[in-house]
Amino acid sequence: MDIIVCIKRVPQTAEAEVSIDSTGKSIQKDRLTFDMNESDTYALEEAVLLKEKFEGNITVLSLGYPDTDDTLRIALAKGADNAIRIKAENFENPDAFQTAQILKSVIKTINFDIILTGCIATDDAYSQIGVTLAELLEIPHAALVIKVDANEQRTHVHRELEEGLIEHLDIKLPALLTILTGINEPRYASLIAIRRAAKKEIQQLGKENIELEDLVINSVIEELYVPPVTKQVEILTGSPSETATKLAGIVKEKGLI
Amino acid sequence: MNFALSNDQKMLRDEVRKFAENELAPIAPEIDISGEFPKESIKKLAEMGLLGIVVPEKYGGSEFDFVSLAIAIEEISRACASTGVITAVNNSLTTYPILKFGNEEQKEKYLPDLCSGKKIGAIGITEPNAGSDVAAMETTAVLDEDHYILNGAKRFITNGTEAGIFVVFAYTNKELKHKGITAFIVERDTPGFSLGKHEDLMGIRATGNCELVFEDCKIPKENLLGELGQGFFICMNTLDVSRIDIGAQAVGISQAALDEAVKYSKERVTFGKPICKFGMIQNMLAEMATQIHAARMLVYYAAWCKDAGIKRFSKEAAMAKYYAANISVDVTRKAVQIFGGYGYTKDYPVERFYRDAKILELYEGTSEIQKLVIANELVR
Amino acid sequence: MILSDKHLKFREKVRQFADEVVAPRAIELDLNSEFPHDLVKKMGKMGLYGLYVPEKFGGSGKDTLSYAIAVEEVSRACGSTGIFLAAHTSLAVSPIYLAGNEFQKQKWLIPLAKGEKIGSFGLTEPNAGSDASGTRTIAKLVNDEYIINGDKCFITSGHVSDIIVITATKDPSLGYKGISAFVVEKGTPGFSPGKEEDKLGLRGSITSELIFEDCKIPKENLLGKEGDGFKIFMQTLDGGRISIGALALGIAQGALEHTIKFVRANTISGKPLYKEQSIQSKIAEIGTEIEAARLLIYQAAELKDAGKPLTKVAAMGKYYASLIGMKATNTAIEIHGMLGLTKKYPVERFIRDEKLMEIGEGTSEIQKIVIAREILGK
Ligand SMILES: Cc1cc2nc3c(=O)[nH]c(=O)nc-3n(C[C@H](O)[C@H](O)[C@H](O)COP(=O)(O)OP(=O)(O)OC[C@H]3O[C@@H](n4cnc5c(N)ncnc54)[C@H](O)[C@@H]3O)c2cc1C
Ligand SMILES: Cc1cc2nc3c(=O)[nH]c(=O)nc-3n(C[C@H](O)[C@H](O)[C@H](O)COP(=O)(O)OP(=O)(O)OC[C@H]3O[C@@H](n4cnc5c(N)ncnc54)[C@H](O)[C@@H]3O)c2cc1C
Repeated sequence: MDIIVCIKRVPQTAEAEVSIDSTGKSIQKDRLTFDMNESDTYALEEAVLLKEKFEGNITVLSLGYPDTDDTLRIALAKGADNAIRIKAENFENPDAFQTAQILKSVIKTINFDIILTGCIATDDAYSQIGVTLAELLEIPHAALVIKVDANEQRTHVHRELEEGLIEHLDIKLPALLTILTGINEPRYASLIAIRRAAKKEIQQLGKENIELEDLVINSVIEELYVPPVTKQVEILTGSPSETATKLAGIVKEKGLI
Repeated sequence: MNFALSNDQKMLRDEVRKFAENELAPIAPEIDISGEFPKESIKKLAEMGLLGIVVPEKYGGSEFDFVSLAIAIEEISRACASTGVITAVNNSLTTYPILKFGNEEQKEKYLPDLCSGKKIGAIGITEPNAGSDVAAMETTAVLDEDHYILNGAKRFITNGTEAGIFVVFAYTNKELKHKGITAFIVERDTPGFSLGKHEDLMGIRATGNCELVFEDCKIPKENLLGELGQGFFICMNTLDVSRIDIGAQAVGISQAALDEAVKYSKERVTFGKPICKFGMIQNMLAEMATQIHAARMLVYYAAWCKDAGIKRFSKEAAMAKYYAANISVDVTRKAVQIFGGYGYTKDYPVERFYRDAKILELYEGTSEIQKLVIANELVR
Repeated sequence: MILSDKHLKFREKVRQFADEVVAPRAIELDLNSEFPHDLVKKMGKMGLYGLYVPEKFGGSGKDTLSYAIAVEEVSRACGSTGIFLAAHTSLAVSPIYLAGNEFQKQKWLIPLAKGEKIGSFGLTEPNAGSDASGTRTIAKLVNDEYIINGDKCFITSGHVSDIIVITATKDPSLGYKGISAFVVEKGTPGFSPGKEEDKLGLRGSITSELIFEDCKIPKENLLGKEGDGFKIFMQTLDGGRISIGALALGIAQGALEHTIKFVRANTISGKPLYKEQSIQSKIAEIGTEIEAARLLIYQAAELKDAGKPLTKVAAMGKYYASLIGMKATNTAIEIHGMLGLTKKYPVERFIRDEKLMEIGEGTSEIQKIVIAREILGK
């Protein structure tokens, strides 16, 4: 089974202070650390599990700047066989649709049975790349996948919907799945695998190496800003039993219980 | 020296950091209190290949260099100092001397188990009456046909309660002074070998520290490590390597303390401002960061010397160990200070870091002994 | 060894020069407050001023690490000569190399890099030391000339300089944004050197005021664009921290070496001094700290050569090297005892020279603010 995993290198913003840069369209990145997008790590692990079951080949693919090689190399250490970086420096801030177009232009040159992507990138949070890519490739897809049970022709998947509903789908391969976090337990790369991966070539594709249709400009970022803080905090004072009573009153009054 | 890390070193650092943050840090406070040896963690370390970092692949190791070993120990210690020492002892105090001085049979017999975590390693040098003065040891090994009979006791042995393979030093000829010391490999279930008192420690509390007792302990002749009378040399040579890792451990603990202090200083408000805005707090943070960075460079440098095949790096290793240990006690003290009264409680990890740091100035040669090594090398 | 063969060879060359040519002059330079014109020429001949400048601009096309090594080695013999080398290179050669256009490089960089002309850097003013935004020197553009008015103080090599890079503002109320950098040549009407300082140490180097009274310079003497001054001197100072760090390191290393020589040669109640544990302890401490400082400074140099951010490491190197430099020179005197206070031994000069390192180009307090800002992520 040949699998493609689309991976993005994203800034780790969970605990960092984020500020807007001077263009007003992006965040200041020079002090942030970068790593593989969280749900992509699950997609990669799912690919490795599939490969362990069916054999085959895993290709990881990323549209990113040169330091993305570090992320792709970790993917190689965790079980991918080939890695391709499409040079982001050749494109001007592609939006979700354009990104899917660019990925498609490379993917159509590779054999695959399944494409796995993360369900969302923690930086741009478009949640569109996977599904758009499937549409452009004209293959079936399932988003928000939380369980994969595949054979060589078809795959059975569970999708997690709102309110904890689970949808079971049966999909014909080749197909694209966008993977939710929690579907598996991503492994750590072993030291030996790291040493081997460090030596592997990462294929670098520039604009000149790919056959690209005209990129459709659907959206442009106009502005990025931190919403103004509106004061909504109320600090309750008094003894623990007094504050507890007040709190219970407020919760009731707002209809929260 | 290369100040910039290579690709595999960077990857190793990032991956071990993630592993340590997710798998080791969460249980560090518990095992500090219970003193329980982290057996589950050891399995995970083995899976990642962290128990035989510099051992060649053919013996089950990961075949990385000594700079990488130091980086790994730093990252592990940053999450859990106990696990850091356990790993360091397994790597540089057990697998290393067997790799360097063992014969082919010994390497094939012991290294794979040490790398896979099937057996844990320990080293027995110190005795009740022989710490800094190694040659004052009293344990003896007497040849009796095809066995050596060991008698004596070793004290303060890290991993002691859990280890399966021990490198033990004993006199085979007292008259030759330190040239009469020989190294042996002793397996846990050897008749006549038992565990003595378990230590209740101030810091690194989950390291299985205990006494080893040898009463007519009969070990096969082929367990002699290196050559007869080579023990003191093996010991010093091994300590040169392991001191680098104690330095790395110190850097890890210090870095953890700084990270916590930075985070807390942004959150804690006094006199209407986060305390990170006060010059005196910034002053401490800047001092801590500089000390840690300098210590890390000394550690990398000593490890790099080893990798580069430089024969004599006792001075560099002693500098790394002495300096990193010294600043670690200072940095963790400052971290507690920045936390105010909260730093003195078990609600935050900095009091543990402070306790964990103190041992660094004591084991594998006290700071005084490091200074003797350094001064002698400088004045030589 | 920390260094590659290439750098080791270079260090050997500079060390030999420092030991044979610079060291013998150090005592008299200090005693007579004499500026070492002879050594300045010789260092130029050796190509020490343009180590990281390409050959086409009169440099020797090496790197910042070589430069740090050169400053360390020369300072090991003589702090005064060391600070000349450091100031000339990192404060005059550097900003012109960094921000100058082709014409400016041809005109000023080449003679500076070759050592045919002496350069200096005028940033500090009576009311603008640590806080450079307080610059009061005014530069007004009138027709095709800038008219400069104001005073600079504590300028290394000021009196003897041929080419001076200065900062001045269009309007002090603009703060950093108003500051630009200019080149002023010796002999320009309206420019005169002021009072020369009489100093604790580094007595063989010149430190003087510069006075500008309606000093007119051609428009072409503006470095970069108007308002670039702040950026230019921040970059210059990042490099400058490596210089001062290397200088502090060199002096500390000199003090250590003299001390080792001393404890080898002397005894106390019949026992060699170096066998005394209290002495060993001190030597081990300063030996270790010097090695740590060296690693910080070399790392900063390597970062600079790799074009990577170096602010934090450079500030750490400067702060730390000067801190342990004071300790090392003080320890050297302690170990020499009474003799250490006399001019028979160079260690009293080392401690006087070293003190500047905690102050010049950003005091230790400023370095710590920079470091704290970097680690707090602000
Ligand atoms: C938690 C822990 C783990 C350990 N793990 C191991 C292990 O796995 N294997 C092992 O073999 N050992 C281990 N040790 C032992 C450790 O290495 C020794 O404690 C250490 O070498 C110091 O020896 P000592 O305790 O006998 O102190 P002493 O040698 O009695 O020293 C007491 C004091 O005198 C000073 N001193 C001694 N000699 C001199 C001198 N010549 N000049 C100046 N000052 C001097 C020392 O610096 C120290 O301050 C461990 C110890 C601890 C506490
Ligand atoms: C074991 C123990 C017993 C105690 N017993 C008592 C008791 O009996 N009665 C009682 O009332 N209290 C008691 N305390 C509380 C103790 O007095 C406080 O912990 C102490 O005053 C520090 O306050 P804090 O912990 O809130 O630290 P903080 O005030 O939050 O200080 C945190 C850090 O910021 C620094 N800092 C704060 N403000 C500034 C500033 N303006 N400039 C520079 N640095 C600043 C501090 O020096 C410290 O490093 C006890 C605490 C402990 C741990």
